[in-house]
Amino acid sequence: MAGGMTILTGGTGNAENVETGEWVAEMLRVARDSDEEAFAKLFGHFAPRVKAFLIKSGTDGALAEECMQDVMATVWQKAHLFDPARASVATWVFTIARNRRIDILRRARRPEPEDLPWGPEPEPDQADALALQQESKKLGQALKDLPDNQRELIEQAYFGDMSHGEIAKVTGLPLGTIKSRIRLALEKLRQSMT
Amino acid sequence: MIRHHLSDALLMGYSAGQLPEAFNLVVASHISMCDECRARLESFDAVGGALLESSLDDVVETEQAVGGDSLAATMARIRAGGDQLRKAQPAPRRQGILPGPLARYVGGDLDAVRWRPVGGGVRQAILPTDRSASARLLYIPAGAGVPDHGHQGTELTLVLQGAFSDSTDRFGPGDIEIATEVDEHSPVAEAGVDCICLAATDAPLRFNTLLPRMLQPLLRI
Repeated sequence: MAGGMTILTGGTGNAENVETGEWVAEMLRVARDSDEEAFAKLFGHFAPRVKAFLIKSGTDGALAEECMQDVMATVWQKAHLFDPARASVATWVFTIARNRRIDILRRARRPEPEDLPWGPEPEPDQADALALQQESKKLGQALKDLPDNQRELIEQAYFGDMSHGEIAKVTGLPLGTIKSRIRLALEKLRQSMT
Repeated sequence: MIRHHLSDALLMGYSAGQLPEAFNLVVASHISMCDECRARLESFDAVGGALLESSLDDVVETEQAVGGDSLAATMARIRAGGDQLRKAQPAPRRQGILPGPLARYVGGDLDAVRWRPVGGGVRQAILPTDRSASARLLYIPAGAGVPDHGHQGTELTLVLQGAFSDSTDRFGPGDIEIATEVDEHSPVAEAGVDCICLAATDAPLRFNTLLPRMLQPLLRI
């Protein structure tokens, strides 16, 4: 395997290692080497989370299991499209799970934007990738630190069934840290996209 | 230079998959034209990622538990190939002034649009979306106006070509106007280039003059 991601794969090799950007090394091993062992680790972490996300969105257990397997199979098949300078692994898995949920719950069709004219680079910029992964981590912590009622509203916006008007009330809340973290994440993304 | 961007609420709604189809189309079209809103969208996707990451934190039941044979079943799916998996659709491509997602609804470039006159030289083409909101292309000849109208819901207007102005501001290519029910406006296209817009509304427009109001059911606007 190429040595281009040594910062991300370095350290103990433990996927929980915060320094390396969680699960990025495993994703790259799946993308480059079709590494089943790395996929098994990703599966162990994300499969229950995807299933919980689908159940919280109103899918019953059997259908959630079926769709979760579909989502995880897509993770394998599209691994080469994952770009650690653009998203955390959790974010990327979320977008796949969201699209599948739209299909199964027969929600409104959701056309995708055009792709950027360039795809993921074969050797992602390590500094961009590391910065983005760290920002994602901090965003997660900022969400956890929100008052319970505010976090629940945001969860409902993503997991539940909220109208545009209801979501406008959520984004109109003074969400303090999370809003500044979203802005910081935005800055990092803009740097990686230009 | 795009001056009018998507709101946080529209970006969060699109990221969460909660918007009506017609709004999704406007958001996807704007993002295809605007790198700033694309980056903002990806930071809202990151919120979704963080929620996915913590989705087990408050779960005590075992319903979400993944069975021991789950991984093997998934690997079997992968080996069986694309059959059960959705066929990957390539990302849409821009066609002339039409952003990729919009070109897909039109079924080609501007020549493929089937315009219908709505009076005063203004033409429109309704796009096929589900009924939770409606989307249409508007063709406003340079210098012409759209009849004065208010809204019951939210109306999104994305400029694709030319420019229009109303009491609030000027809107040029790539700009998006987000009008709520309190807004009553009379957009007028600038002189020079004919103005072409993508508009979506989640409630019927109500025109303030009698004739357009009578025509409203016929025009499906």
